[in-house]
Amino acid sequence: MTKTIENIPIKLNVNGKTYVRNIEPRMLLVEFLREELDLTGTHVGCDTTYCGACTVLMNGAAVKSCTMFAVQADGAEILTVEGLEKDGQLHPIQKAFGDAYGLQCGYCTPGLLISTYELLLHNKQPSDQEMRKAIAGNTCRCTGYQNIFKAIQLAAQNRTGT
Amino acid sequence: MATKPGGEEGKWVGKALPRKEENRLLRGRGRFADDIKLRDMVYLRFVRSPYAHARIISVDTSAAEALPGVICTLTGKEIVPQTQPFIEIGPDSKVRDYPFAVSKVRYQGEPVAAVVAESASIADDAAELVQVEYEALDPVLDAEQALQDKSILHEEAGTNKIWNGVFEYGEVEKAFQDAASVVRIDRLHFHRFSSTPLENNVVIGEWNLKDDHIYYSCNNSFPSFAIQFLSAHLNVHIDRIRVQTSDIGGSFGIKITNYPQMAVVALASKKAGGRPVKWVETRSEHMTSSAHGNERTFRDTRVALDKNGVITAIASRHIDDCGAYPRYEPLGCVIWSQVFPGVYRFKNARIDFTQTVTNKCPVGPNRGYSRMQHLWFLERVMDICAHQLGIPADEMRMRNYIRPEEFPYTTPNGCVYDSGNYPKMLEVAKQLIGWEEWKKKQAEARKQGRLMGMGIGTTLDSGTNNFGQSQIVNPGAPFSGNSQGANCKLDIYGEVVVAVGSCPQGQGHETTAAQVVADVLNISPDLITVRTGFDTERNVHTGFSGTYASQFAVSGLSAVHGAAQKLKAEMRRLAAFVLETGEDDIEFGMGAQGPELRAKKTGKSINYWGLANIVNVNSAVLPAEMYDITLNCRYIWRAPFKVPDKQRKYGNLTLTYASQLHIAVVEVDRETFIPAILDYVAVDDCGTVINPAIVEGQVYGATAHGIGAALLENCAYDAVGNMLTSTFSDYTPITSLNMPKIKYGHIQTPSPHSYSGAKGMGEGGAAPIHTISAALQDALFSNGIIIEDSFNNADSLFRALAEKEICQAEKLVKVERRAS
Repeated sequence: MTKTIENIPIKLNVNGKTYVRNIEPRMLLVEFLREELDLTGTHVGCDTTYCGACTVLMNGAAVKSCTMFAVQADGAEILTVEGLEKDGQLHPIQKAFGDAYGLQCGYCTPGLLISTYELLLHNKQPSDQEMRKAIAGNTCRCTGYQNIFKAIQLAAQNRTGT
Repeated sequence: MATKPGGEEGKWVGKALPRKEENRLLRGRGRFADDIKLRDMVYLRFVRSPYAHARIISVDTSAAEALPGVICTLTGKEIVPQTQPFIEIGPDSKVRDYPFAVSKVRYQGEPVAAVVAESASIADDAAELVQVEYEALDPVLDAEQALQDKSILHEEAGTNKIWNGVFEYGEVEKAFQDAASVVRIDRLHFHRFSSTPLENNVVIGEWNLKDDHIYYSCNNSFPSFAIQFLSAHLNVHIDRIRVQTSDIGGSFGIKITNYPQMAVVALASKKAGGRPVKWVETRSEHMTSSAHGNERTFRDTRVALDKNGVITAIASRHIDDCGAYPRYEPLGCVIWSQVFPGVYRFKNARIDFTQTVTNKCPVGPNRGYSRMQHLWFLERVMDICAHQLGIPADEMRMRNYIRPEEFPYTTPNGCVYDSGNYPKMLEVAKQLIGWEEWKKKQAEARKQGRLMGMGIGTTLDSGTNNFGQSQIVNPGAPFSGNSQGANCKLDIYGEVVVAVGSCPQGQGHETTAAQVVADVLNISPDLITVRTGFDTERNVHTGFSGTYASQFAVSGLSAVHGAAQKLKAEMRRLAAFVLETGEDDIEFGMGAQGPELRAKKTGKSINYWGLANIVNVNSAVLPAEMYDITLNCRYIWRAPFKVPDKQRKYGNLTLTYASQLHIAVVEVDRETFIPAILDYVAVDDCGTVINPAIVEGQVYGATAHGIGAALLENCAYDAVGNMLTSTFSDYTPITSLNMPKIKYGHIQTPSPHSYSGAKGMGEGGAAPIHTISAALQDALFSNGIIIEDSFNNADSLFRALAEKEICQAEKLVKVERRAS
């Protein structure tokens, strides 16, 4: 524990930008995003893969960045909440969450936006059950999920997902 | 909309305006406490007790201190000479509460020491190197056992009992003598849970050694309360403690009690030479040692009823478990009495209320704080009596509800319920859920042997409390009334800027405050900036400022409204001078150059920039008699309370009473015993609504917390005080898979006690817990089951059904029928 372990070089693409860093092998991906890249939109809520506040898209799949080492993401392409908007314009999923009041404190929101993004990538018109399953790993303590369901339906209606 | 507040046009209040907060939160640009990084910042990690009750023999920090990158360590022994024990709210309390265990630990997870290091990971490593030797003591986990004082937590206090008092009103014994029937309920139990905000506690603190001030960025949700505790504890002038909050990832009351950690962070910063210290709580720390909701046991309940099933008296003994330290307690020992009779008309009651410490995590205010336990008890009483006497649940309530024409209604203990219409809510809820249809389906299901039940929960969300109730638990407590501050100004270039003493965690205060000011000034809310978060240096807080106890719509928005009115009056006076007309001739509106004030007669106008310019940077044009105009208006709103009668425990304890009525249809699976919700409706009444979308969101959120608490979420301990639900995977907060679809309805009975007719809301009164207990009992009563606990999962329902052979219901409840 007290021995110094050598840092490991990684190179990855986050929100379209390439980063090269030398990092501690024990550094979690979420720590890398927040502390090294200052992308603080991705949050930590439970430390144990339950709540999904840390969800990011890695190579097209939603993953929980609190349960991955940053070195495991070497070479990967990552999308975080900060990468959703384009030229200052909200992504249609972000807009749908706002229009449907799908957030309150906003702490879980970045993870939910990414899980929704992944869902709509593969499924243009998710059923109620598909929608519930897609965000089952995203805990929200404020909204009771009702308006999140409405937001996802609205986003799907607006034919989003890319 | 029922009414428009304050006689204004009401263009914005009452609208489902999109939230101003969304822009940053949707983009991942929120600023939560953990997002903040300061120059030279170091990181703190706690060393915590693995024991629930043990003596500390030694704490050896030398190995931790020797680790490269470690700045310093801090222990209980070290801080005692530098600090005072925290203020105790209870009378003559001998409990000595420090943010570290000093000579013994009293719950699993209690902080024993802390380490400070250059990085969070070095602090993690160093914490593991701190060697603590313990001598285990007998833990006391059960409140009733704790009261036997066989193993005492706080030896200096000599007893585990924290508080006892009898709340008695009316003619209780006479009512029992005159009763047509008397129902006895041996024991009911309200379990321990926490609303677990998704963001854990975070404190960044800097004890600046140059100016001897302490600067905090944190997510405490009642900062003006925290600074009162911290100032006395740290021996620091209160004005030298600055607390700032920004976006907060939920609190639900839990973050009121993170002031002990705030103290440690400041002391650590001082020892670290004034470097800023950051502490970010892990989820397991949050679960074991942040705060839980109050656990309560109801013993020896007797209920007197007349021949029509109308309750005439209740007598009972309530034992509240506050965990290892009282902290915010014993305020909970009186706060429940804000809703003493619930929504019912009975006049005679005696509640003998006791609170005790146990070797569990200290409690703190948790959504529905102290009232929900009592309201659950009353709803249990109502349903148990109804079932025993063969009266349908809806009929039982109609016979016992306070009637709409009785408002404002004075309760037996002197609280004034402002408005309400419970029969109407029941009617709306029954219609929404299709009560009669479900009754038919239930009868069919029963024929097939299925366990289907329907339950009603009626509850109150009392808001804007009278802190004078603290004097009922401690006659010497220096608190009464309630207040909130706000500031409304035209900045130098004429921008409208609002600051409030609240620190919201998702309740949309920036939006609703802007709606109120927009109506006062007759401009768009988009033109109004509402400051985010709380800051003591904004100077808009009072000693009660924060966000808790369902009150912003009343206390917060009344303060905002008052400040906006003050600003408006100054603007009107100044504009009349500039435009050379009478004040009556001035109108507020939009012009070609933005918001402006116009002289109706001449059509001349001056915009906000023009007014702000005169006052701020062009004051030579101002006549001396107008020097009092600042266009920077601070307003303190005060609730019109009196100090309650301490002897009689009598007085108005809360300003507004929002109500909730829920109906659930549940089915318990015959094979798995898993309770499923088949249909659910929530009806809300919070008076005049400021923003219907925000209110609806709060109702859904409170409903999810209640359903989670009723079926999934339980702070479980084993026999020696190990917490069994210390991760989310064990505690299982409600998810999208087990949250049913909610049918939402509302009525509006405007409050005569607030300027706008609004009532505070948001806590929700834990309606789902009452409702699901009622529905489960309805499903299982014919199998001999009485629901005696607020937490019911497949395991407990299996046990209850398995025990039916030993006639649990008869054991628990006794009915004495008398000839009438």
